[in-house]
Amino acid sequence: MQALRYARATSIDEAVRMLREGGETARVLAGGTDVIVQARERRRVIDLFVDIKHIPDVMGMTYDAQRGLTVGAAVPLYQVYGNADVARVYPALRAATHVIGGKAIQGRASLGGNLGNSSPAADSIPAMMALDGVAAIAGPNGRREVHVDAFCTGPGRNVLQPGEFIVSLHFPQPVAHSGNAWERFIPRNEMDIAVVNAACALTLEGDVVTAARVALGAVAPTTIMVPGAAEALVGRRLTDDTIAAAGAAAKEAATPIEDMRGTVKQRKHLSDVLVQRVVRAAAEHARSR
Amino acid sequence: MATSEKLVITSNINGEERTFLADSRDSLLEALRERVNLKGVKEGCNNGNCGACAVILNGRLVNSCCVMAAEVEGATIETVEGLATPEGLAPLQQCFLEEAALQCGICTPGFLMSSTALLRENPAPTDDEVRFWLAGNLCRCTGYDKIILAVQAAAEQMRAPKK
Ligand SMILES: Cc1cc2nc3c(=O)[nH]c(=O)nc-3n(C[C@H](O)[C@H](O)[C@H](O)COP(=O)(O)OP(=O)(O)OC[C@H]3O[C@@H](n4cnc5c(N)ncnc54)[C@H](O)[C@@H]3O)c2cc1C
Ligand code: FES
Ligand code: FES
Repeated sequence: MQALRYARATSIDEAVRMLREGGETARVLAGGTDVIVQARERRRVIDLFVDIKHIPDVMGMTYDAQRGLTVGAAVPLYQVYGNADVARVYPALRAATHVIGGKAIQGRASLGGNLGNSSPAADSIPAMMALDGVAAIAGPNGRREVHVDAFCTGPGRNVLQPGEFIVSLHFPQPVAHSGNAWERFIPRNEMDIAVVNAACALTLEGDVVTAARVALGAVAPTTIMVPGAAEALVGRRLTDDTIAAAGAAAKEAATPIEDMRGTVKQRKHLSDVLVQRVVRAAAEHARSR
Repeated sequence: MATSEKLVITSNINGEERTFLADSRDSLLEALRERVNLKGVKEGCNNGNCGACAVILNGRLVNSCCVMAAEVEGATIETVEGLATPEGLAPLQQCFLEEAALQCGICTPGFLMSSTALLRENPAPTDDEVRFWLAGNLCRCTGYDKIILAVQAAAEQMRAPKK
């Protein structure tokens, strides 16, 4: 591995100071499942790891039926998907975190790391976007909040400024009769990078959709919101035709690349199919609550 | 110029308090093999995909190639060397032998640690649950079926009331 130092931060302020002093080549170390491999393969110049896992706010998780869910940025994924409130209220988040890597990855990998790595194929990001997640960020100029749907700016790039890091992720409590779901397509059953992933959160009044958020991954330089799919749903009865229209809008919005994982045609087709599936599953979840 | 630092790390390894020297650039995999001399921890891919380097860190299964040695100050680590007791092999180890669940053996320590973590959490898994749990462990030799059989045989033994 490239020569590098390790520093353990025990408070938010200490982490900000270490990151600022470390400059451009300092990196946050959460679960390390992306960044340690990147350091070893010299895909990034890194000379300081700032370990944030000893900061209480970064490792806590709270849920309350008024305020919703707050997950510390470095909470390992097994704690996210193993949480009963997450499974009941935020199944999209449960589904995504349950299939990121294998068990040995889930013992360490985190939502903050998945977001901080900002891969266009990251599995949890579309789920967090559909749920209208908000990242609480600390930095040299104090605190700020950025919605997850505005966080990533390109492959591996995001809005974080030098010295800034994500403290926690907040998900609002869904209003009554709301549901959410996440799915991905991979050629095997587990342990692979998404060819496409998709998430939906929606609210029903009887049969009519009153609010919807649809997000896609692995079809553009960043994970994307698909406003066209939401527009196809909102104000309409949830019929097969409405759902097909949402799928068609997703297919239209997807601008994928061709690579070893899939062709443009396959990814566009999958965008359609997966969005239809997550809309149906989200509606089912809404009706069950 | 980037530099590394020499570190003195103390952690509980297989039930024993161990203090060892490491470099701040060492992964836990490198430190366990080269500094603590626990060669049962294997390097396969060195990028998180194969599970050969799996150990149990503070009660959770992790790939030691994706952990920095510096992180384990004060931690508890279990490796394959800690599975057997003076009375003999652990049931999982015995069953891997009896079911011929290994050929070249490089993947075996990882499978044993991964299965150990599984059976602690779920003492009566279905075959599907075993396969899902072990999806992060790769084996180029056995074709996996015998590994699943071995894990199930060990699970059954471990569930049986103690004589
Ligand atoms: C075998 C294997 C399988 C994988 N499978 C999947 C998969 O199925 N789906 C998927 O989406 N990903 C997968 N990944 C990628 C990786 O596990 C995830 O992206 C994971 O969520 C990263 O989290 P981490 O805590 O390990 O991040 P780290 O590696 O610690 O950090 C990742 C990046 O984010 C930055 N960062 C971390 N935390 C913060 C923070 N709080 N604030 C600001 N920046 C931060 C780091 O500096 C680094 O640049 C896999 C990786 C491996 C090795
Ligand atoms: S060597 Fe660590 S997962 Fe392969
Ligand atoms: S026994 Fe050879 S890789 Fe598994």
